Amino acid sequence: MTFLHKYPKAAKVAKANFIVAFIALAIGGFFGFVQALHRTDVFRGFFNSGEYYTLLTGHGVLLALIFTTFFIAGLFVWGVTRSLDREPENMAYTWSWFWLMTIGTVMATVAILGGLVPDSSIRAAVLYTFYPPLQAHPLFYIGLALVLVGSWMAGADWFWSYNKWRDNHPNDRIPILTFMALFTMMMWYVCTIGLALEVVGLLIPWSLGWVTEIEPLLPRTLFWFFGHAVVYFWLLPAYYVWYAILPKLSGGRLFSDSMTRIVFIIFLILSTPVGYHHQYADPGISVGFKFYAMATTMLLLLPSLMTLFTVVASMEHGARQRGGKGYLKWIGKLPWDSPAFVGCALAGIMFAAGGFSGMINAGMNINLIIHNTIWVPGHFHLTVGTAVALTFMAISYWLIPQLTGRKLKFKTLALIQPYTWFLGMTLMSNAMHRAGLAGVPRRTAEPQYSGFEFEPIFGTMAEMDWQIAIGGTILTISLTLFLWVITASWMGGEKSDMPVDDYIPEPLSGVEHTPAILDNMKLWLALAIILVLLAYSFPLWEMVADGIFEPGALPRPS
Amino acid sequence: MHIHKFEQFWIKLSYVLIAFFIATVVYGFVAMDLKVIGDHATIDPQNLQDTPFGNPGVREITKNGETEYEVYVQTVQFSFVPGTAQPIEIPANHRVTFYITSPDVLHGFDVAGTNLNTMTIPGQISKFTTIFPEAREYGIVCNEYCGPAHHMMEGKINVVPESEFDKSNLVE
Repeated sequence: MTFLHKYPKAAKVAKANFIVAFIALAIGGFFGFVQALHRTDVFRGFFNSGEYYTLLTGHGVLLALIFTTFFIAGLFVWGVTRSLDREPENMAYTWSWFWLMTIGTVMATVAILGGLVPDSSIRAAVLYTFYPPLQAHPLFYIGLALVLVGSWMAGADWFWSYNKWRDNHPNDRIPILTFMALFTMMMWYVCTIGLALEVVGLLIPWSLGWVTEIEPLLPRTLFWFFGHAVVYFWLLPAYYVWYAILPKLSGGRLFSDSMTRIVFIIFLILSTPVGYHHQYADPGISVGFKFYAMATTMLLLLPSLMTLFTVVASMEHGARQRGGKGYLKWIGKLPWDSPAFVGCALAGIMFAAGGFSGMINAGMNINLIIHNTIWVPGHFHLTVGTAVALTFMAISYWLIPQLTGRKLKFKTLALIQPYTWFLGMTLMSNAMHRAGLAGVPRRTAEPQYSGFEFEPIFGTMAEMDWQIAIGGTILTISLTLFLWVITASWMGGEKSDMPVDDYIPEPLSGVEHTPAILDNMKLWLALAIILVLLAYSFPLWEMVADGIFEPGALPRPS
Repeated sequence: MHIHKFEQFWIKLSYVLIAFFIATVVYGFVAMDLKVIGDHATIDPQNLQDTPFGNPGVREITKNGETEYEVYVQTVQFSFVPGTAQPIEIPANHRVTFYITSPDVLHGFDVAGTNLNTMTIPGQISKFTTIFPEAREYGIVCNEYCGPAHHMMEGKINVVPESEFDKSNLVE
């Protein structure tokens, strides 16, 4: 008996979410390949430089917003259903949020791809940050709003299951797989207030022409109210995997239940009031609020460093259970032949590197050297592009068999895949970081200028361009391997009652050592809201006090 | 609650690291004058012609008995005015304050390879002050996506020795 046989209804919903996620991954990943060749001037034959920005929008929206959201929904359906031992409460409701998100995705995608049709009025080359006054077709904003509402309904679905479960288990502690999902969703509710106000309150009426002028700083600030917490919305499900599943894959068990809960609580509290760290270089926001955001950003290092400890400790425990000895020799005893383990472990290593470049981004004054340079995508291709994406791919090798009741096919290819991702990303990301230090801008189709040359500190521009192009190509091969293995296993894997070992053992330091206050959701949510109000109420008031749309700028076509 | 002693040690170490990072930022602010841009002033982006931005360029002012320069720049789709059609020319070793705004969409103003890097946002004025210590040319890059020809948007700053500075290009 695996997940499919115990919870067939939930398995179907989870699978549907994964299908949309993987289609988005395939399209968005291909766009990334085109970009890697285009901006380095290795090959520009696919699209012209104006269309580059349409592809870039597709890459960002389909990967950062769509792939992640659908994958997370599938993962949480699996985790909540399993840990509460309940199918979703009402399947019509569950399917309604899935279809709402899917319809929204199709609308936004149509609006973006319209930009590839000559003279099309349906365009959305506004990138995934969609800063006005560049204006996209209303379809784009309405589609994104539907995805957002669908994701809220999905979160409500899991709270519904939890409340029903609570009726029958009045004195039990929240199971850890549900705890992590609910805290992630609470953070999502807090941070998406900003996005909802921006998209529904400002951009949709403006794109429909109900108002003509818009104040550019206000929607930009509301976007970043959401825009850093969304990073944790991607990352926490990867942590979910690292805390709940990776220890088991390493042959051991989670190090500490209480520390896991504390880490998720800290993320709920601190994820949103850090948004100004994306606006260090913005006029119109006072230095004091930037400073507050800098300090809270630095504090967020704490839960990530704690995660590093727990993940490494859990893996070491696993390796010692497998006969590992010595200070470091145990590393060799880890299951380096298991695709799911290897992907998660390599993702974790890349996350450590991404964390270091993130510390530099957070350093308010040193940030100005790299703000909006290609250093920044170099950084987040380590975090969301590897720590998150590679973890999601790796855990699919363990989850999809549970959802389909079929064994994984092509295990060797599946094992090669995370290693190739790691190699490709090492080449691409190191070069992006170094090029950023020389001032090469991000989001630019042809970052080669006629009036001056960039002066790299380490290496040469040509060498960096080649590393980006070759790294991007290797990543594309890795992505193709992933899609091939998953599709083949899904369609033709050997049917089995127990396609993977899906048992998850109890933590070393179990829930009996965990203080009850950690499960007090209302308390932590209230604290999170207070910190957000401290960070945002005054600056937002200043921006709207002179009129919500003033000082107003006119819309510009994208 | 049970916290392993290694983990307790690790958490303390994390706090030290966090305090150290915050201290480096403060040190940069206080001791090295590495400030970030703040809240200067708003402006109506549709009526720049009646402001100093209507006549952009380099101005000479006297402040506290010192000769200083002010540079008003408009960032427009897809050029810096001035900067693209003709370089921004300023003398070395004088305080220079930049005032930058945009009449249309968001742009970036990044002096490549330096920490002179600001967003330009319609409705807001970006203000920062610097001193160029040596005579040389710098490239300016728009590093925020601003439309289909964003990659064409570049400019130049020409820092010249004081003796070679041509004051006839100054604006009033």
